[in-house]
Amino acid sequence: MNEYTYPILFGMTVGLLTRLYLLKTDYRQYPTYLHGKIIHIALGFIASGLGTVAVPAIMEKEFTAITFLALAASQFRDVRNMERNTLNELDQYELVRRGKTYIEGIAIVFEGRNYLVIFASFVSTFAYLVGNIWTGLVAAIISFVVARKFMSGSRLGDIVDIEYVEPHFEGAGLYVDNIYIMNIGLKARQEEILRYGMGFILKPKNFNARSTIANLGQRQAILHDVSTALGVYRDSGTPALVPLAKRDLDDGRVGIFILPQEKDIEKAKAIIRNVPTLENAIRMPTKAEANKEGRPLR
Amino acid sequence: MTVEKVILAIITTSPHKVAGGAPTFVCQTDEEMQRVAANLEAILDGIAHALSEDLLIIVKH
Repeated sequence: MNEYTYPILFGMTVGLLTRLYLLKTDYRQYPTYLHGKIIHIALGFIASGLGTVAVPAIMEKEFTAITFLALAASQFRDVRNMERNTLNELDQYELVRRGKTYIEGIAIVFEGRNYLVIFASFVSTFAYLVGNIWTGLVAAIISFVVARKFMSGSRLGDIVDIEYVEPHFEGAGLYVDNIYIMNIGLKARQEEILRYGMGFILKPKNFNARSTIANLGQRQAILHDVSTALGVYRDSGTPALVPLAKRDLDDGRVGIFILPQEKDIEKAKAIIRNVPTLENAIRMPTKAEANKEGRPLR
Repeated sequence: MTVEKVILAIITTSPHKVAGGAPTFVCQTDEEMQRVAANLEAILDGIAHALSEDLLIIVKH
């Protein structure tokens, strides 16, 4: 026992609690199983340890200890690789795939959260050592709030208006509103699709949103999330029954065609509104210098 | 081996409209054409697309 024992214990506890708080299983069902969670709790423990011991090390004028954090960075890059590889392997057996953009987003989040844990541990240990346990607690609460802010990204509902439209056929062509989805040749399939299918039109609220929802990865993420939450009328060997999202080239609206097991318009709308806008899909054309002047983009 | 984005089979009631590469199944009636196409769709794991009333193709995507 020495003067650093309690601050270190405190910092590690804060870090671990932050990791547990950020690691909640939701409708995406990932990570699902106990072992998957244990991997992340263990890594969170390591991260909190690294963040915590950095403070006393600096106070003891052991400045080389900061190189520890470089070690941490490479360690957690591996976490990202691990998540990416696992999810890519599993994705091949999904009825409706997550898509690479979504997977990359999840992998980045797992790496990023470990850095948030390091940050939380570092800040709260530092505050404890500089002041007392109460300043430590205040710092812990602030870092919790910061972590929470970084954890929650924006949702699709923020950037698009969603409207339900009954899908229909013109000849063999399947349409959602005026957006062409695909060609279905068999009469029996057409009837199935009309019975089970639902169509939604996503109308971008601004020019930035138009580019974001045009991203194929973002569209696949929508299809995956809806199919996860409402089930999907599909099996291997029925490639014609596939949820698709196509774009109206004229005005950037996106037509979503889904085949849910549970046909509930309001639920489906709520789910689409809650789909995360993928960081890798977000585009900001209005920030381009040339676009800032002259005729505004619509 | 999977062959994708290729016309795997043609099913038609108007054989004079098609020629060349893909296996062609000539049917007498519309019902027969639908039935053959449904079978082929399942067997080839492809989608039956209609090019016109009397002409279907199977493509795996």
